[in-house]
Amino acid sequence: MAIAEQDVAWVAAPKLGLLEQLYIPIVLDGLSTTVKHLFSKKRTESYPEQLPVLPPNYRGVHRLNRDSEGRTKCVACYMCATACPAHCIDIVAAPAPAAWKDREKYPETFVIDELRCIYCGMCEEACPVDAIELTTLYDLTGMSREQMIFDKEKLLSIFDQTTKAGTDPVRTSGSKLGPAAEAPKPTSTH
Amino acid sequence: MPEFDWITTLSIIAGVIAVVMPTVGYLTLSERKISAWIQDRVGPNRVGPLGLLQPLADGGKFFLKEAPIPSHVDKIFFLLAPAISMATALVALAVVPWGGTTPTPPPVKTVEMVNGAERPVTDALATFETAQAAHAEKFQSVIMPGLDIGILYVFAIGSLAVYGVILGGWASDNKYSLIGALRSSAQIISYEIPLGMSIVGILLFTGSLNLETIVAWQKQHGWFFFFQPLAFLLFMTSVYAECNRLPFDLPEAEQEIVGGYLTEYGALNFGMFMIGEFTHMITTSLLMSLCFFGGYTLFGLEDSFSDPILGYVLKAVILSAKVGFFLFMYQLVRWTIPRFRFDQLMALAWKVMIPLSLLHLFGAMLVRQFQLSNWVLTAISVSLFIGAGLLAVAINAGPNNTPRRRKIPVMTLPVGVN
Repeated sequence: MAIAEQDVAWVAAPKLGLLEQLYIPIVLDGLSTTVKHLFSKKRTESYPEQLPVLPPNYRGVHRLNRDSEGRTKCVACYMCATACPAHCIDIVAAPAPAAWKDREKYPETFVIDELRCIYCGMCEEACPVDAIELTTLYDLTGMSREQMIFDKEKLLSIFDQTTKAGTDPVRTSGSKLGPAAEAPKPTSTH
Repeated sequence: MPEFDWITTLSIIAGVIAVVMPTVGYLTLSERKISAWIQDRVGPNRVGPLGLLQPLADGGKFFLKEAPIPSHVDKIFFLLAPAISMATALVALAVVPWGGTTPTPPPVKTVEMVNGAERPVTDALATFETAQAAHAEKFQSVIMPGLDIGILYVFAIGSLAVYGVILGGWASDNKYSLIGALRSSAQIISYEIPLGMSIVGILLFTGSLNLETIVAWQKQHGWFFFFQPLAFLLFMTSVYAECNRLPFDLPEAEQEIVGGYLTEYGALNFGMFMIGEFTHMITTSLLMSLCFFGGYTLFGLEDSFSDPILGYVLKAVILSAKVGFFLFMYQLVRWTIPRFRFDQLMALAWKVMIPLSLLHLFGAMLVRQFQLSNWVLTAISVSLFIGAGLLAVAINAGPNNTPRRRKIPVMTLPVGVN
């Protein structure tokens, strides 16, 4: 569909005065801008020496949060694995140990394929108990594909590492789990 | 005639090469550094302290890379082109007075008029020989001292550089290369005219093509920049076009014709083109300093050392400072003025610069003929410049005039189709 004639605004070039026609004042004006930038503050970050300051909501490597007793907060509800558009989370659930009164299940294995992950943060949004979070760790490297598949221990160690370094403080309360942790209420209709 | 001395000449050549080649290398670095600074970046800073060894790394890379020669090219000319480009740029440096020089003695009269009758001067030959011997005694910091066609030689060699570009573009057997070479030849031929014409005004005053004499004239009377600012402006603009520098770098306009005549070149062949281009920048900066800014003179400051060696060094330093300033200008202008359109480029040369340089030359002739003060020429120069601006305002012209827009009838679709 061609643009209608009345919608087209023809902008005339500005009429040049004597100073513009003489070129030199205009060129000097341009040169002054160039020289100003020559001495202005440089924006370059010299990366390996100067690390970037990242916003707290930066979406880097995942971590599995621990609760106040040092256990994984995850209750193996599969919400994150379901929400994940890249299907990179693999959880095997198991009944929680008897001593863990506040939850019914816990993840026996919790594996994230960091190479498949697209770092969208949907898992973090989906998690009902704030167990999975994305950290500001961005320099993720590995020597093989296998090294880039993070298991539960690795993800918990990232929690230890980032909280110790203070780069990613725990953003949620460490004690009480959400309603997803509770056992389903027995139905009393029958 | 100055005696030709192998050792002196070779040592000066070695000295000039030893100065010019590293300068070319560091020009590539300063080009990148200044580009970076103007864009608020830091620029190359990894090789050596502050990135100062970057040119060495670049040079080493050029040497170690494979120089690809496409199968479809004309091999002889393909390899000859970068060599011509580099050689012509280097050879032009032969007549540049780097430090102190004494101009060649003026011609000796062999015939004098006595009582209305011509009579041969008896001791003409002896006078000539003593003058020449005295001149040959003095050390000249030029490779080719006393070359009387000096500036003509520089222009002749400088125009040969376009052969490198044209050969490269033609031999590459590539449409982009050919278009780049054609653009370059058209551009250089057009800008040679104002370039040469702007310098004629100077030659009228010095009465010599010898660069040493031109500098000596300015030492005596003052810099030509003050007397012929318009000629300097024309010269500088033409020289930017001659060097294919922005805003006139259409031969290598990446957005339109990939790399122009450089498209098929790589490794050291490309490097030689670059060396040629940067050396050309140095040569032209030297010409600007020598012809318009008094070469090694600086308002008498150049004679502040009585020691001859220190004097030569100081003069060389003054000249290099001027050259450095012009090289810096090259790089500043590059990031200030965007590239011209090709028709604007041609219009600037033929409709503005050639008429202006002709009129300026006419003004210089008037001043010479009627023995007016040199400052009259300054007034003529400035008023010509402003007059050209006023004329442009009056007819509302200018290289950035709006292109004529054709009204294209809108195609309407049949009813029912959308």
